[in-house]
Amino acid sequence: MSGGARRRVLRFFTTYGFWVFMTLLTLVPIWWMFVVSMRSRVELFSRPNLAISRIFLENYSNVLTDSTFQRYMTNSVVISTSNALLVMVLALLATFALSRYRLAGRDNIFFWLITNRMAPPAAFLLPLFIMFTRSFRLGDWTMYDTQIGLILLYCVFNLPFAIWLLKGVVDGIPIELDDAAMIDGAGLAGVLRHVIVPLAAPGLAVTGILSWIFAWNEYLFAANLTSVNARTITTALAEFVTVTGTNWGELAAMSVITLIPSAIIVIFAQRYIVMGLTFGAVKE
Amino acid sequence: MRNPRTGWLLLSPTLVILLIFGFIPFLYVLFVGFNEWNIFAAEDGLRFSGLDNFRRLVFDNDFTNSVQLTLKFATFAILSQIIFGFVLAQMLTRKFRGRSLFRVIHTFPLMVAPIAVGAIWRLLVIPGFGPVPFFLDRWFDLTYQIGSYPDQALWTSVIMDVWHWTPFVTLTMLAGLSAIPREPVEQAKVDGANRLQVFWYVTLPFLRPVLLTTVFIRIMDAIRTVDEVWMLAGGGPGTRFTGIYIWRVVFPRTDYGYGSSISLITLYLTIVLCWLLFIAISGRRKGEVE
Repeated sequence: MSGGARRRVLRFFTTYGFWVFMTLLTLVPIWWMFVVSMRSRVELFSRPNLAISRIFLENYSNVLTDSTFQRYMTNSVVISTSNALLVMVLALLATFALSRYRLAGRDNIFFWLITNRMAPPAAFLLPLFIMFTRSFRLGDWTMYDTQIGLILLYCVFNLPFAIWLLKGVVDGIPIELDDAAMIDGAGLAGVLRHVIVPLAAPGLAVTGILSWIFAWNEYLFAANLTSVNARTITTALAEFVTVTGTNWGELAAMSVITLIPSAIIVIFAQRYIVMGLTFGAVKE
Repeated sequence: MRNPRTGWLLLSPTLVILLIFGFIPFLYVLFVGFNEWNIFAAEDGLRFSGLDNFRRLVFDNDFTNSVQLTLKFATFAILSQIIFGFVLAQMLTRKFRGRSLFRVIHTFPLMVAPIAVGAIWRLLVIPGFGPVPFFLDRWFDLTYQIGSYPDQALWTSVIMDVWHWTPFVTLTMLAGLSAIPREPVEQAKVDGANRLQVFWYVTLPFLRPVLLTTVFIRIMDAIRTVDEVWMLAGGGPGTRFTGIYIWRVVFPRTDYGYGSSISLITLYLTIVLCWLLFIAISGRRKGEVE
């Protein structure tokens, strides 16, 4: 009896000991960044100290009042939000088509859509750069350094995953409901609006949230396909490290700001992340 | 009523976007890879050069070194992630209070932008005020400076990647573990199998598909790692991975033809690697049946 009790106590301590240790491993690097963001330049170069000595917000106020950084942040918000909305609409239409219509070779189309997400992005930088600077132009306007360019480009990796995620959801809505609505006189738009959208709403929300965060986090394309006007927050982070000496406090403050949406999403939509990241191959 | 034409119409915006921004660039890379094209060259424009770029690749030390480094990085990072991820997933199958809280915290690095992950780790390892060099020097009398020691830079990248991506493996493994039926495990125990045998002959075969998917996704991601490593070390010694090398050749050097051929070879290597792994794993399975 006491042996069993001892084992239970041991188990209790190993479990919690293990998880407290893991939590520290996860959080200490992030915590250090937060500490750096709360320090002035002079304080930083003293002995490393993991505790916050005082509330020092100058790094944050410097970053947030900087007009360049404000533009970068606005761009990121505009691009991520438009991309997420566009992806939600297009993916819903596409999945509806793939699920409800007999299209020639629809399984092949579906597979082709998925392969779009597997290719390494670095390989596409060059052709996209040339397309953006030379091919897509109207008079003086080129797609290079525009928000619309990035919004459309991010569809390449967000749409396939959104369609994969939504396919199951739309397939699960009984086709009889569509038919009933049509008999009641609803057209295609009516069916989508009154049957599909309300029933697919949770799936659509997950799609939107994950697309938003992928677009928000993207760096490589944003860095190489924009120069001034359409730069995003992630490129700001990379640009901040200069040869002549970086203001590490401000870099940390900027990183903390970049992290906020991720933190919110992890807390509220954690369950769906696995499904999205593994491309639906693993359902929780 | 369900006219296929309407279906195509609904599908067309998606197809058009993916065709323009996904498929055409791929064809373009395929085409340019067989040409010589450098903006700074005497003759402007493309010049067909057949397999010249690929011949050049083989003797390009920078390229072969970058592949070697990338493979080293990917191997160590992915192996550690699989081991840690499995242990963590196993720990999460236990029921205890606060389990979901620990899981949420553990998941957090996954959603952080890669570039911010690079920034976080850079702040940790900066000489001058980073705690890592400070404590290594003080406790172990070890000089740590990723700008000067290529090995340290590589190991730091591996550790950073493990920090960033282990949660992903944990979550997929957890999903895989919770899908394993109870009966075979119980049966094996009744038949007198010890823990290791249960793991090797029952759990592992059930986990194989999930394991394979996870490793494939991780290989593809690891080979194309650019953002976080670039932010961490700025392309310094020990971190010149293939992704960074491609970028270097294409943008600062504007050697478009050569850059495209490197992209193609990298894509090819990724596919071959995944394929070999698939053969290795499913081959072992055949041996088991006999």
